[in-house]
Amino acid sequence: MTGTEGPALLRVRDLKTYFVTEQGKGTARAVDDVSFDLYPGETLGIVGESGCGKTVTSLSILRLVPEPPGHILPGSVIEFEGRNLLALAAPELRAVRGNQIAMIFQEPMTSLNPVFTVGDQIAEAAIVHQHLSRKAARARAIEMLQLVGIPDPKERVDHYPHQLSGGMRQRVMIAMALVCHPKVLIADEPTTALDVTIQAQILELLDRLQNELGMAVLLITHDLGVVAGHADRVVVMYAGRVVETAPTSGLFEQPTHPYTEGLLAAVPRIDAPRSRLHAIPGQVPAATAWPTGCRFHPRCPYAWDKCVTQEPPQLETGAPGHTARCWLVTEPERRQAKR
Amino acid sequence: MRLGNWLALFVALVLAAEIARLTRQRALRRERWRRFFKHRTTSWGLGILAFLAIVALAAPLVAPFGPGDQLGIVDLRNHPPSWAFVLGTDVLSRDVWSRVAWGARVSLGIGALGALVAVSLGTLVGATAGYYSRWVDALLMRGVDVGLALPRIFILLMAVALWDGLPFAALVLAIGLTSWLGTSRLVRAEVLSLREREFVVAARALGAKTGRVIFRHVLPNAAAPIIVSAALGVGNVLLLEASLSFLGIGVAPPDPSWGSIIAEGASTIYTAPWTILFPGLAISLVVMSLNAVADGLRDALDPREEAA
Repeated sequence: MTGTEGPALLRVRDLKTYFVTEQGKGTARAVDDVSFDLYPGETLGIVGESGCGKTVTSLSILRLVPEPPGHILPGSVIEFEGRNLLALAAPELRAVRGNQIAMIFQEPMTSLNPVFTVGDQIAEAAIVHQHLSRKAARARAIEMLQLVGIPDPKERVDHYPHQLSGGMRQRVMIAMALVCHPKVLIADEPTTALDVTIQAQILELLDRLQNELGMAVLLITHDLGVVAGHADRVVVMYAGRVVETAPTSGLFEQPTHPYTEGLLAAVPRIDAPRSRLHAIPGQVPAATAWPTGCRFHPRCPYAWDKCVTQEPPQLETGAPGHTARCWLVTEPERRQAKR
Repeated sequence: MRLGNWLALFVALVLAAEIARLTRQRALRRERWRRFFKHRTTSWGLGILAFLAIVALAAPLVAPFGPGDQLGIVDLRNHPPSWAFVLGTDVLSRDVWSRVAWGARVSLGIGALGALVAVSLGTLVGATAGYYSRWVDALLMRGVDVGLALPRIFILLMAVALWDGLPFAALVLAIGLTSWLGTSRLVRAEVLSLREREFVVAARALGAKTGRVIFRHVLPNAAAPIIVSAALGVGNVLLLEASLSFLGIGVAPPDPSWGSIIAEGASTIYTAPWTILFPGLAISLVVMSLNAVADGLRDALDPREEAA
């Protein structure tokens, strides 16, 4: 697939999405200063544990964050083909949603409307954006069902969601998202709710469709295995921030941020002797009160006094396209000392 | 009653029974509608409603006389039920059966149209309040609270005083505009929970407009309670119309509605009880049938009963 040369398709800069919580508890800074680029045709993985801001980031891109309580702070930039999505008027934004940037959700069980046939739901985006007639839209839906590998599409098109299995429903979701051939597909944990064999099928399907349709995919997941097999580059998020950005191979060969290191160590390995799984001590702190300095310092095995008071910026690690938000980049000898 | 009337009545009965039977037969093929007919009363309710609807539509055929025909002011006053006058005659020598049949048009019409107005308005207000929430919700729902606090008869009396004799359409509107409050609360509650569902976010992510999201994605999922409340609403509107007519502020006198027939017969309740017994029976039958059908609908449309 393509590299990172040329202009970015989607440019996210200094994205801040905050939630005002119930009286007295302050503001939850769910996404705090997130920047990344998505290039045409690539798959960018966003990883991190629950509560680190992955889903809010993806919802922010299409401005689907419920307001209130959420709001995207002024100064944030989400640029798609040179246009700031955050500054678009409602009709222009709707023309982007589902048409240029589409999204698939985590839960195929609840993301489909139970009272409409899958055909109607797939056809909807085509009717909204391309003004197809009902008949043409139906033909389109059948075509899409075929594309996502559902057997008997002519029959399935009239089925209701509850008549399909979980994997089938996720395929329907994908068909819905791709009906207008979007340039960007945001996949928010597309396989979390599915069992492992179906997961593999769905991810392979996404890979195949990406090649056929030439779209860029933003793959949001907490599963490093998924990232390793399917992403070109990876953004690691922690506590509302991007802590490391790297090409997939670079990240796995040389994880720089201690959080990434911890995540990789926590993955069970099939080729190593069985032992207790590694866990990062502690939990993600509450989004209303992030720690001072580096947000990872309370859980970091290397942290020293500088980490408590000063937050590191994104630092170049030396490898191409690899940055990390960690003071260890400037003082690598401390990592050795700990080992 | 002439032979033709008996024949028409017989045909109406057979037709109603046949409608109930056919719907049942068709329904039994699908799981959801099998639940609709789980109770025996649902079939009866459906049959009775069909029968009365046919009578209303075919009033000129089943009724031997016009609704206002005075048949003989001297010797046919308060005539008890007989073969010629099956339900008797009233104090003005009008045939009660004819008036009940013609009155079905007015009463069922007001019931259906009034409930339609009420449910549409209630759904619209409830959906708006529930979907937009925040100040829109606060404003609309406080308005509903105020509306529920005012006695309805009082508001209607004021409307009548302003209009000085309500035409049919105005009566329907007046009843509809004062009956939507309960429905709006019901729909709002339903929409409040539906709007948080993922498929609603998915519809927005697809680029659908707010109106499309509300009408195509949210409301169809709230159809079950709306339909049930509509069925019950028809009964309520019918009762309201009857009480308004009884108070003399409903349907204007020469036209018969079941309520106004009772109102006019009230003075002869001891000498000619048939003048109020039969229209009263008709009202009770319709309301009971509607309740039975609403019960069936509730069972049939409840998604919790649906096997996932």
